[in-house]
Amino acid sequence: MKGLAAILVVGAALAVVPLLGVSNVTLNFLVVALMTALAGQGWNILGGYGGQYSFGHAAFFGTGAYITAVLQVRYGVNAWIAFGLGIAGGALVAAIVGGLTFRSGLRGSYFALVTLAFAEVLRISASVAPITGAGVGTLVRLDLHVAALQFHSRAAFYWTILAQVVIALIVTRLIERSRFGVWLVAVRENEDAAIALGVNATAIKFHAMVISGAITASAGCFYVQYFLFIDSGLAYGTWISIEALLTPIIGGVGTVFGPLIGALVVRGLGEGAQMMTGEAPGLDLVVYGCVLVLIIGFAPRGLMGGLAQWRSRLMRPALFAKVDHG
Amino acid sequence: MLSPSILIAAIVNGLLTGAVYALVALGLTLIYGVLHIINFAHGALLTAAMFAAYFTYRVLGIDPYLAAFLLAPVFFVIGYGLQRFVIGPASHGDDRNILLVTLGLAVIIENALLFAFRADTRTIDLPYAFSGLDLGFAFLPWPRLIGFGAVFVVAPVLWLIMAVTDTGRAIRAVAKEKLGAELAGIDVAHIYAVTFGLGTACVAIAACLLIPSYYVNPSAGNAFVLVAFTIVVLGGMGSVPGALIGGLVIGVVESLSSLFFGESLGQIGIFILFIIVLLVRPSGLFGARA
Repeated sequence: MKGLAAILVVGAALAVVPLLGVSNVTLNFLVVALMTALAGQGWNILGGYGGQYSFGHAAFFGTGAYITAVLQVRYGVNAWIAFGLGIAGGALVAAIVGGLTFRSGLRGSYFALVTLAFAEVLRISASVAPITGAGVGTLVRLDLHVAALQFHSRAAFYWTILAQVVIALIVTRLIERSRFGVWLVAVRENEDAAIALGVNATAIKFHAMVISGAITASAGCFYVQYFLFIDSGLAYGTWISIEALLTPIIGGVGTVFGPLIGALVVRGLGEGAQMMTGEAPGLDLVVYGCVLVLIIGFAPRGLMGGLAQWRSRLMRPALFAKVDHG
Repeated sequence: MLSPSILIAAIVNGLLTGAVYALVALGLTLIYGVLHIINFAHGALLTAAMFAAYFTYRVLGIDPYLAAFLLAPVFFVIGYGLQRFVIGPASHGDDRNILLVTLGLAVIIENALLFAFRADTRTIDLPYAFSGLDLGFAFLPWPRLIGFGAVFVVAPVLWLIMAVTDTGRAIRAVAKEKLGAELAGIDVAHIYAVTFGLGTACVAIAACLLIPSYYVNPSAGNAFVLVAFTIVVLGGMGSVPGALIGGLVIGVVESLSSLFFGESLGQIGIFILFIIVLLVRPSGLFGARA
């Protein structure tokens, strides 16, 4: 299949990067960008293909992170198993949130608000519950062994997160090609019409939410293994929910590679802004916000969509006036 | 156990806080009721207005309560401009895009403030900030009493604007039937912007009433915005009396649940109430249309 081949080519190209002798700083930048991309890939399944804009994907990221950390620290569970259970936990939280919201028929703004509230409830709970280490947070013991899912070299971490991203890309592509994916897009385009045609919209959205939650949770699991620390703000902070939706929207909402491109661009711009202003806080996020508004204003289908539009303009200059709807 | 006087004090305190919540929610519900959008930039605009009130006091020496008369028109213009020249054109009329554009604006405003003023928390000391009314079982500082009183002035004024003036009629017409209003010759883009401006002016007034008894830092408004969403949902999206009653109810709920469960769990109470209302009765407890 053409799409899968493209994913493997991109994956292979990215896998070579650490062998080119790049600095640890660059590698660290790429690891964080890939982690953001992964969180965004989760969001993209539900938001991009399903049209359900969640403002609370931190709920899944944080749950994955906390389960991975707490199982290792408090119950001595092996890191690999904890990692897997973290993903399962994210899927479970998604199932609960999705089951409640979609069953009561919440759509659009209401859905966005209720997901936001769920993430906030989890954040406040995690900041007081003893099991999460409350306000202090949870520190994972440094143990640089493959069995503990910790590596000496940054490159190994890089390949781990890259593998996760590639798996998520393949999952996205398979969904896109499947009957389920077509139903999901039908729900996005016109939910009432889809229901009229016999699509079980509630079940479709529910399943998309579970897959979405699992993928975003896996980014949280990786976060813990990489930084070895988690607290309520890092896990469930509003900013994680915003980044999860920012990357696919900037890259190209409802496209396979959108979140990856979006994450690289957004992180790159953020780094650039910080380099220009030194230590001053805030300016990189101002850049994020401006890019978000500009993309929605001028390229509502993101960079991928903008590229396709631009290419079709080049091919058929006669359609200039028609394509331009600014 | 709890004596009744502590309970009454908590309720009175909750009502005073709730009144300010209501004021923030008034702007939000007005914007929702007409434009049918959720304005995620509301909290950031509140923070910006609090900074404006802070600096008019610090630099110009204008009392915050007088500054309200200055800042409300200024923020009306800001809100008008934002809707007319940024949110409206950038969102292409798609609901999901509006959510994202207002979110983007929130990120920009909040972090621009962070960049300009750093994360420092600032307060102003008014000479009368700590005097107030002593009821024996509860002490009510003047700034909070004034805030309480002000909401009962602002809400009726807002209601009068909507009920009596031509602009108010146009706003209601657009809210009910956008296409019909447009056919009748109403400039919909202008009315949208006026509504957004009115909502933003409410935020400016709320900021001026808050600043004497509260602090300001670049994320100060966020504490209010989720609460304001809750009030708007509870009171019925778009309903002015709903926002007023919802605000007071939420203030009391928060105050009582902090009393019983402690400060941070008190906040959870609000969100859980919010989730339950959304799941069970998204049209709000006071029954306005969804």
